Amino acid sequence: MCVTCGCGEGELAIHSHDHPHDHPHEHGHGHGHDHGHEHAAETRRVRLEQDILAKNAEFAAGNRRLFAARGVFVLNLVSSPGSGKTALLARTVQVLREEFPVAVIGGDQQTANDAERIIAAGAPAVQINTGKGCHLDAHGVGHALERLPLPEGGVLFIENVGNLVCPADFDLGEAHKVVILSVTEGEDKPLKYPNMFAASGLMLLNKTDLLPHVDFDVTRCLEYARRVNSDLQILQLSARTGDGMAAWLDWVRRGQRIALTQQVSRLEADLVAARARLARGGG
Amino acid sequence: MIPITPMHEFSLCEGIIETIATQTRQQGFNRVRRVWLEIGALANVELDALRFAFEVVRQDTVAATAELDIITLPGRAQCLDCAQAVEVTQLFDPCPLCGGYQWRLTGGNEMRIKEMEVE
Repeated sequence: MCVTCGCGEGELAIHSHDHPHDHPHEHGHGHGHDHGHEHAAETRRVRLEQDILAKNAEFAAGNRRLFAARGVFVLNLVSSPGSGKTALLARTVQVLREEFPVAVIGGDQQTANDAERIIAAGAPAVQINTGKGCHLDAHGVGHALERLPLPEGGVLFIENVGNLVCPADFDLGEAHKVVILSVTEGEDKPLKYPNMFAASGLMLLNKTDLLPHVDFDVTRCLEYARRVNSDLQILQLSARTGDGMAAWLDWVRRGQRIALTQQVSRLEADLVAARARLARGGG
Repeated sequence: MIPITPMHEFSLCEGIIETIATQTRQQGFNRVRRVWLEIGALANVELDALRFAFEVVRQDTVAATAELDIITLPGRAQCLDCAQAVEVTQLFDPCPLCGGYQWRLTGGNEMRIKEMEVE
């Protein structure tokens, strides 16, 4: 029998407490296989079965709870460098800030240029300088929220670092990832960076005003994107000319309404529960 | 092949080392000898980059000499067109039975620390 936890197979379960003394206890899981290791060598196999991104997932869940409680619709904007993300965002917040609270968190490896462009467009913005980091994580976003008025009942845009690889894995607590691709890039990007297109709920094909000047097969690009993610919604626009912007803005407005509606439902349920408690207490 | 893209594999390895170091300390062990990961075939990870990053990140930790074993889990999907369970190797693969792209991944996206050997 394994002296460490008495489980009989030389395996340790992960305890939530941190004292490695011996005590017999029940495991809720089986130990169906034997690793045949030598107890004499004083080595142990420790089963972890833990997601590598578990810690980020915890922070993301915390962010998501906060966003839900305050009725904030949150979008995580991802793209290659140079897709026109900041210009699109500046134009977007210029319009939407007249309708509901809007704020922006931007990830940039070095500069505050993007945040300055957003602030110039009239929305509160903070920049997270990731240094050598190639993506934002949920913990960093949580800290950025301390420096930003939360746009209650409105929309928080998180502009991720320009990179189609790493941000795909890191949930920030957003409602959706929005992947932006411009027609000056390769039309096969959905196939080259499939994880990002698979993780996104909406794709924006930007800079469509340049289509006459570039070799970019829109039909093929959209077909590639739908191969990777058959549920992906796709909108085409030009942030520069404003063509197609209305559909994108409507998409954001719909999300904002849904977030608000859910907040109201939650608050009503809380109110009913509180009243029931008050009634029970004889108040 | 080491990708020339920025390596989030470093971030992943930092998470791995943090988890195994915490567990090792909490359970009163001194050293990690081996770590087993389960990585799905379609996960967003370059295995060579992950191995390289692990060798860098493990330095000066309880896992400084730890070996890394990577178990690849196959890509599995449920095809919505032909209603069959199928195997896929890329996110843009057509269903091998009906050629459709309307399938849902049911396995192959994992990134898990399965187990470690400590002393």
